[in-house]
Amino acid sequence: MRTAVIGAGVVGALLARELCRYEGEVLLFERELDVGWGVTKANSAIVHAGFHERPGTASARFCVEGNALFPEVCGELAVPFQRIGAYVLALADGERAALEGLRARGEELGVPGLELVAGDEVRRRLPDVNPAVVAALWAPSVGITEPWALALAAVENACANGASLHVGEEVTGICLRAGRVRGVRTDRAAYDVDAVVNAAGLDADRVAALAGVPVPGLVPRRGEYLLLVDVPPSLRSAVLFPVPTPHSKGVLVVPTVDGGLLLGPTAADLAPEERDATETTTDGLAQALAGARRLVPGLPLGKVVKAFAGLRPEPRDGEFWLGETNVRGFYQAAGMRSPGLTAAPAIARWLAGGIAADLGLAPRASFRPLRPAPPRVAELPPEEWDALIARDPCYGRIVCRCNRVTEGEVVAAIRRGARTVDGVKFRTRAGFGRCQGGTCTDRILALLAREANAAPDEISLRGPGSALVVGRVR
Amino acid sequence: MRTHRVDVLVVGGGAAGMAAAAAAARVGARTVLVEEGARLGGVLDQCIHPGFGLHRYREELTGPEFAARLVAELDGVEAWTGQSLLAVDPNRPRARTVGSEGLVEIEAGAVVWAAGARERPLGALRVPGTRPAGLFVAGLAQRLVNIHGLLPGRRALVLGSGDIGLIMARRLHLEGVEVVGVVEIRPHPGGLLRNVVQCLDDFGIPLLLSHTVVEVHGRGRLTGVTLAEVDGAGAPQPGTERFVPVDTLIVSVGLVPEVEGVPFAPRDPATGGLAASTRLQTAVPWLFAAGNCLAPFDLVDTVATFGARAGTLAARHARGELSPAPRPVPVRMGRNVAALVPSSLVPGEEAILYLRAREPLDRARVTVGPDGPTRTARGVRPAEMIEVRLTAEETAAMACLQEVAVEVTALR
Ligand SMILES: Cc1cc2nc3c(=O)[nH]c(=O)nc-3n(C[C@H](O)[C@H](O)[C@H](O)COP(=O)(O)OP(=O)(O)OC[C@H]3O[C@@H](n4cnc5c(N)ncnc54)[C@H](O)[C@@H]3O)c2cc1C
Ligand SMILES: Cc1cc2nc3c(=O)[nH]c(=O)nc-3n(C[C@H](O)[C@H](O)[C@H](O)COP(=O)(O)OP(=O)(O)OC[C@H]3O[C@@H](n4cnc5c(N)ncnc54)[C@H](O)[C@@H]3O)c2cc1C
Repeated sequence: MRTAVIGAGVVGALLARELCRYEGEVLLFERELDVGWGVTKANSAIVHAGFHERPGTASARFCVEGNALFPEVCGELAVPFQRIGAYVLALADGERAALEGLRARGEELGVPGLELVAGDEVRRRLPDVNPAVVAALWAPSVGITEPWALALAAVENACANGASLHVGEEVTGICLRAGRVRGVRTDRAAYDVDAVVNAAGLDADRVAALAGVPVPGLVPRRGEYLLLVDVPPSLRSAVLFPVPTPHSKGVLVVPTVDGGLLLGPTAADLAPEERDATETTTDGLAQALAGARRLVPGLPLGKVVKAFAGLRPEPRDGEFWLGETNVRGFYQAAGMRSPGLTAAPAIARWLAGGIAADLGLAPRASFRPLRPAPPRVAELPPEEWDALIARDPCYGRIVCRCNRVTEGEVVAAIRRGARTVDGVKFRTRAGFGRCQGGTCTDRILALLAREANAAPDEISLRGPGSALVVGRVR
Repeated sequence: MRTHRVDVLVVGGGAAGMAAAAAAARVGARTVLVEEGARLGGVLDQCIHPGFGLHRYREELTGPEFAARLVAELDGVEAWTGQSLLAVDPNRPRARTVGSEGLVEIEAGAVVWAAGARERPLGALRVPGTRPAGLFVAGLAQRLVNIHGLLPGRRALVLGSGDIGLIMARRLHLEGVEVVGVVEIRPHPGGLLRNVVQCLDDFGIPLLLSHTVVEVHGRGRLTGVTLAEVDGAGAPQPGTERFVPVDTLIVSVGLVPEVEGVPFAPRDPATGGLAASTRLQTAVPWLFAAGNCLAPFDLVDTVATFGARAGTLAARHARGELSPAPRPVPVRMGRNVAALVPSSLVPGEEAILYLRAREPLDRARVTVGPDGPTRTARGVRPAEMIEVRLTAEETAAMACLQEVAVEVTALR
């Protein structure tokens, strides 16, 4: 029995891993050159508690279940996860009722530890917060993670358990016979399969159409962000939310796992065909800034190093598309609006179980859940780092000063599958820091070319059409 | 982990660090210099244009030639290349470094911080649009071309008319890149007039003043940028936008002092660099600083002068020969001053201040404090720092002041 997963975002990646807990073969198709470059690479990276979700919905169920699974999954896969908690801030008396509503909803869903905190106490705990705060809802189960790292780690672990990853390969057709899935076609080859899972993110509607499965349609909803680096710890103690609107959770102030701070996201609906419109806009960035300053007036804006945007695949019916469809063997884990990242581990576990039951797959006794992480010198005690250098001196040569990444780590990332400068950056964080790659990009380019035995003009930022240099000087 | 004991540890092997290390060794201090790069020289190494050393060596040298002179002066200095400083102990002059032979703890009597500056990334300007390949800070483009022999693109626009931007415009032009122009948000060029002439005018490269990039286009590789005119406050004017097709944007919008390795040392809020006195000593008595980590300098000669002073004084501090400084008097940027280093002056000692005017003036008077000493200067340009030397008597008279404001005013 063979299952094809279409899309190696966090959802497809975790699903491929969960499917490896059962017998049968798993093929994971990703049209980009690397894992996690779709919605998974540009979002708030929050592991939500669930109190924003309407009880009775799949979003609510899988958000709460997913949140509970995060420590285990990130522990097994050696991915950063920090349960730093969140405050929803009421900045006027009129917003107090909303906090009560969120708490009641969260308690109904079984969200642990919710607590209303008075304004004075909030100001004491969060000295930088808008002094107008009148009260806050404290949600200790909220966490932060590194979504693309989770996708990469899940894929590595899936592959270690027998799955095969096909990057740079786009699924272009789904073959049906007698009303059930028999195979997939890609831009390279055709494969016989018994089941297909649509985890195609912003293109899930197109993949559904390949199988003739009707879906309500997706609206790309853009979220713009500003990224600050090296911010003082007092600003990084918790995720800060405003009181939500019916449309979105609002503009947030979110610590990142590597010492930065995200301001955003905005929420602007785009035309359905604008699925690669991840550009930022003047208005969007102004909104992100204004929204964040409402929560924390004195943000150190000199620390802004980057603006970026991500697109939410908003399902027109407002709900995840999950599980079986009218085509036998065609399953979906799509329409992954926020909190799709949070929900992903729980959806993956539930859906893999369902597929295994449908296909009659027995548990795989040899499944190994642990993924050995490559060394990250910035997190090693000195003795271990020294020992690593003694084995391989490349671990003593700093390539990225801002985030303390060595040549050894860059080479390890390349050997684990990075083929592009972005591939190295997302795996190692080299180039993610205060200089944004101004110091290390040429070194990374040279290492990529050396390891691939390629000419520098064959090395790209993130795949075809994005070469960094055009040739040699005269 | 190995431990190494020295009198003076110098961090950074650029012009400032090399001059500091040479000076410290010259007065007999056991000196180690750590440089992360594979070679000494810092930014000098990638600046193959002439224009270095007219003051120090009375010769016009290229960057690598200037660096070679400094390397030759490193008698008695242990210079470790490929060695990165990781952290400095806030409580005493002790630092941890790493290289391909492992971690080394260095116990010193004094530390000279000379880690230079990094370039401000485009993202810091919050320019909207896409994030394609083809966006390079100027120094990165300079290394690609001059060190790796690689061509970043075929049709380029340069954002920022400081000397680095001007020099890169010419460099790319000479390598056959079509340079469509240099864009500057201010109404006057950021770099030296000499460089505007020799880098742009001589090659017919247009300079667009009072313009900026307001949008970046292209998903894989850059396809172009939108330019707009700006008003006096730098705000883009609606209706003036135009699309310029280019595959390369060279970003040269300022240098940011690299001081993150010493988070405990106070910064100068105006420059973002380390706050140091005219002794080049920070508020942490054993920590000295020199070069672009104080504020971006435009002349390497100045950097080397400050470096040497920092090295000498660090060596004296390490040996306990440096008398404690009287309370330093903060110097503040007054009218028409855009940058000022160092941050405070030690009364009763000779002092050298460097400052940058905000607006160009043909003849100017520099005033240091109310009723304080004045100096005259000609041809004041924002691109060129003005050197102000004060005598020990002049600074002694300032000992009781809370602060001293420095002003540059027009002289008729
Ligand atoms: C602005 C924003 C903020 C968000 N914040 C949060 C948050 O804080 N917490 C949270 O829980 N969730 C959040 N989300 C939601 C979360 O990011 C997504 O739900 C999640 O990343 C979706 O993952 P995915 O794997 O479904 O999609 P993707 O990561 O997009 O993966 C789909 C993959 O499929 C590939 N693909 C598509 N078609 C094909 C094909 N035909 N063949 C091969 N490959 C194909 C794509 O290239 C892509 O890599 C946010 C989303 C956005 C945009
Ligand atoms: C493009 C350009 C053109 C210029 N043109 C001229 C000109 O024509 N004439 C002129 O006189 N001046 C010119 N200058 C100015 C002058 O050269 C510089 O101001 C001067 O060289 C700066 O020296 P520095 O030692 O302060 O910094 P840098 O040269 O930047 O040296 C700092 C060194 O510190 C190292 N370092 C940083 N952090 C660490 C760490 N943690 N561990 C170990 N090492 C570290 C870096 O690798 C670097 O080598 C130019 C500058 C530039 C950038």
